[in-house]
Amino acid sequence: MLDVKNLTVQYGTRKILNSVSFTVEPGQWLMIIGPNGAGKSTIINAISQGAPYSGQILFQGKNIRQYKPKELAQKIGVLSQHHTVGYDFTVEEVIRLGRYAYAPSLFSRNRDDGADKIQEAVSKTGLEPFLKQSVLTLSGGELQRTFLAQLFAQDPSLLMLDEPTNHLDLIYQKQVFALIRDWLKESGRAVVSVVHDLSLAKTYGTHAILLNKGKIFASGSISRVMEPENLNQVYGMDVPGWMREMYGQWLPREDEHENHL
Amino acid sequence: MNQRKDGFRLFEYVLFALVTLAVLILCVCVGSVTIPLEETIQVVWRAISRQPQPELTCVPIILTVRLPRVLCVALVGASLSLAGAAMQGLLKNPLADGSTLGVSSGASLGAVLAIIFGITLPQLPFAGTMVMAMIFAFLSMMIILSLAYKLDASLSTNTIILIGVIFSMFISSIMNLLITFAGDKVKSITFWTMGSLQGTSYQNAAVLLVCLTIFGSLLLSHCAELNAFAIGEDNARTIGVDIRKVKLLVLVCVSALIGVCVSIGGCIGFVGLVTPHMTRMIVGPNHRRLLPASMFAGAVFLLLADLVSRILLNPLELPIGVVTSFVGSLVFIQIFYSSRKVK
Repeated sequence: MLDVKNLTVQYGTRKILNSVSFTVEPGQWLMIIGPNGAGKSTIINAISQGAPYSGQILFQGKNIRQYKPKELAQKIGVLSQHHTVGYDFTVEEVIRLGRYAYAPSLFSRNRDDGADKIQEAVSKTGLEPFLKQSVLTLSGGELQRTFLAQLFAQDPSLLMLDEPTNHLDLIYQKQVFALIRDWLKESGRAVVSVVHDLSLAKTYGTHAILLNKGKIFASGSISRVMEPENLNQVYGMDVPGWMREMYGQWLPREDEHENHL
Repeated sequence: MNQRKDGFRLFEYVLFALVTLAVLILCVCVGSVTIPLEETIQVVWRAISRQPQPELTCVPIILTVRLPRVLCVALVGASLSLAGAAMQGLLKNPLADGSTLGVSSGASLGAVLAIIFGITLPQLPFAGTMVMAMIFAFLSMMIILSLAYKLDASLSTNTIILIGVIFSMFISSIMNLLITFAGDKVKSITFWTMGSLQGTSYQNAAVLLVCLTIFGSLLLSHCAELNAFAIGEDNARTIGVDIRKVKLLVLVCVSALIGVCVSIGGCIGFVGLVTPHMTRMIVGPNHRRLLPASMFAGAVFLLLADLVSRILLNPLELPIGVVTSFVGSLVFIQIFYSSRKVK
């Protein structure tokens, strides 16, 4: 459904992305991984028309520059990692803006405001108790869920997430990823997300691209891309060794294991 | 979920209109000579229904001095306040206003240039100043925003205000120079810096009404987009707002409104800052409520400010900008400090 060809983003003489090509098909959850400054977030910015780029980005066979902003928003939704809301809008007002792309024009009398989609988004994200609350009073996790609900209300077929749980507590990380996995179950949908945490990428991703200095180092199925050799070379360290050292201590010890048996 | 309507209901609009009308009538009655309410209403009614007026001294005071002025004051207040509210939403910045950004100074430079060089349109002699003020308001806005954007792409409060202050000082130095050399061709420096609606005519009021109707309704039809911008420009883009088109449209409308007001009343500072701020505290940040409420609040605020400027040192009259700037600077400090505290 998404076909990116030779995507290049350049700021001055610095090439942030250098001829990056990849495709995303329905049902896939593509993880964009790589070290800091590899150009991960820039891919999302370019696809959402937030950064000037050269190359071609096709969505369902059509160049995304040819879509009108509202048409594009009905197809692709974006969730970024930080939100700074300027004024004290209520949670409900923020979520309802997700239906902007479907709003009837000034002169049409068709008043379908997608109340069912909004209702569904609110109940999925568990935000009912917060609807009338000002977004300025929310915690980071609640705010992120508010924008996720806006995204669900927007009802796109491709979700693009830029480190969606970067600064969230573990419980929210788990909630947000579980919600997205659930969302992906419906046919015709796909997710592209930038993640820092390789364990999250491995747990939830179906496919991945590994970026290094603006170029694709490896792409394909998650297990193939996350081969130790690839990761070690790009990150310049023994990645699996570090992961084992970090996460190994959480494994149940032998005696605990026996007790359980 | 309840289907709550975002905007006001009809009776709320009627209520706002009645309050504005009441203040308007009060402002016609009170002044250096106070005219009884009953008499005022009778005179105005006879004028509307084209009945002959009795020979009273209050008739010309009401019909040729106070009524046109009060109408202009209300319309200028509504226009400036609406422009301020729209700009604050678009830039996600509660301190944005024609006077803080320097747009009003830019507009007055345009008007002064038109007067000095005798720029007029053939059929409409007064339109030259107005059009020049509008163009200069728009140009100033573009210059200020692009300078601020170069310094800081997030257009943060501090950057915009700083650029606005520098720009205003630059413009006022040029303007004072021009006025000094132009002699009595142009109205006094006080008029352009403090503003005054003394001696305005029905013609002025008609022009203001036409502009407010056109540009005001354009702004009012973009409440959803302004809400999206007030939440964040990136978010606005991802939910499908045509960023460039909306930005351009709002900036053109705001410049036009400020330009017209400045060409008629000079720079009346802080109206666009104070009233949307206070209105937002009462009705919330949703532009479907904020924009219309700000219009009424702006009209009422400026009517009262004008009344104070007329009666405070009676028979002397203060420039209206003295009153609005006095209130405005206090509110400005309050917003600035509270926004810093949050950080």
